[in-house]
Amino acid sequence: MSVDQTVASTADRIRTSTDAVRAGGASAPVPGRDPINGPMIANWTEAIGDGNPIYRDDDAARAAGWDGVVAPPAMAQVWTMRGLHGARSDDDPLGAVSQIFDDAGYTSVVATNCDSTYHRYTRPGEHVAISSELLDVVGPKTTGLGEGWFFTTRNVWTVGDEVVAEMNFRILKFRPPTASNESAAAPGVTSSLAAPTDDLDAGAMMRPTASRDTAFFWAGVADHELRIQRRPDGTLVHPPVPALWKHHSETTDYQVAAGTGTVYSFVVHHAPRVPGRTLPFVIALVELDEGARMLGQLRGVDPAEVSIGMPVVVEFLDFPAESNAADPDATVPGPGDPWTLYAWQPAGSKGATT
Amino acid sequence: MTAPVAPPRTPPRVAVDDTLPPLVIEATPTFIVSTALATRDFQDVHHDRDLAQSKGSEDIFVNILTDTGLVGRYVTDWAGQRAQIRSITLRLGVPWYAYDTLTFAGTVSAVDDGVATVDVVGTNALGKHVTSQVSVVLDHTETPDHTAQGNA
Repeated sequence: MSVDQTVASTADRIRTSTDAVRAGGASAPVPGRDPINGPMIANWTEAIGDGNPIYRDDDAARAAGWDGVVAPPAMAQVWTMRGLHGARSDDDPLGAVSQIFDDAGYTSVVATNCDSTYHRYTRPGEHVAISSELLDVVGPKTTGLGEGWFFTTRNVWTVGDEVVAEMNFRILKFRPPTASNESAAAPGVTSSLAAPTDDLDAGAMMRPTASRDTAFFWAGVADHELRIQRRPDGTLVHPPVPALWKHHSETTDYQVAAGTGTVYSFVVHHAPRVPGRTLPFVIALVELDEGARMLGQLRGVDPAEVSIGMPVVVEFLDFPAESNAADPDATVPGPGDPWTLYAWQPAGSKGATT
Repeated sequence: MTAPVAPPRTPPRVAVDDTLPPLVIEATPTFIVSTALATRDFQDVHHDRDLAQSKGSEDIFVNILTDTGLVGRYVTDWAGQRAQIRSITLRLGVPWYAYDTLTFAGTVSAVDDGVATVDVVGTNALGKHVTSQVSVVLDHTETPDHTAQGNA
């Protein structure tokens, strides 16, 4: 499919570009505008409401065992902020990676994690410099905000050669959903019939698991084919049974069904809740035109309108890689593979070709 | 805003499951703008409501450097003037917009050789704004290893 190829090549281009940024390593240290100083500390403690006297009062700091006033550790980054008219240095990976994602259409940004380590407290008069490097890039992922990529930069603050603080900063660059696909399609879920998918929550849907006996069937679904197992006598059987008449190294024989049939029986499921699906929904036993019967969700129809004998067509639902990112914590592992489910739609429904 | 209060001179006695007194911060526009400028963060979403809204936000919102600063302050307000913060992790959740009030809650999750781990959650009207873990040396003059005092 050309759309898939476009997505894949965009992802490949992003990986190639960001790999180059990562290979560039850490940026050259850039010193802060000013050395650590009392007036900026005072502005900060005043705004934050921090009454700790060790940041302001030399005697109090000494009484608390310090060698005089220290800077608030959380100000580590403040000393090297670029300010009102500052520009990023050319080798700054955050700027370079942001540009790569902007160019690919992932124009929105949200920070997800900011983890700081303070190796020691700094003191007025010291002059810190910042160096940054790109640690990792993970994506594309479907998130609650839209499809996007996560990347982490590490910032290191030094005084001379001494590292005084470090911060890992994780950002999501995402493509905000447009009004049209927001209302019709769940993030990233694509119907082969171009039907609405907003009844499905991609992040919560359960993936099918394939066994050795059913792998051919799910491989077919991924290729948008309904593969029905064929016994040695030519009859069709579904669900697939262990093909004991074949050597285990051989693949089972199957016939690709046309994907049309009629409702043989059905239930309307009201409870309990099923992850990723909107209640109520219809589960239909469909008699394929080839003869075998197959269970699946019948979508795109009012449950009250479903009847025995109703003609239906197969629909394939493509899910993006690892649709799980409502919670930033759940996005730490690398992306899973894209996956596909089949379902049924009434024949003649929106986009159906039969 | 009330005047800042100095933290205790000496460390508290600390045990696992101890809770920190809550800290409530009202995000007035003045607070958001003054903390953004004090952290030298001039991004418009922290001081210009029109631009913040044109970019999809409800209002101006508190910046991350302020979150880090407030979490640090919350822990040292309790741990005192001898405390030395070693690390602050922040997981960022819902935004903290102007006129929303945030309440910090903290629980000691570990105490090991004079170093306490404090789990901090900042919750506002929209939900959890920040989930944090802070590692703090309770008395830096009695630090068990010298990396906390310097020369890492």
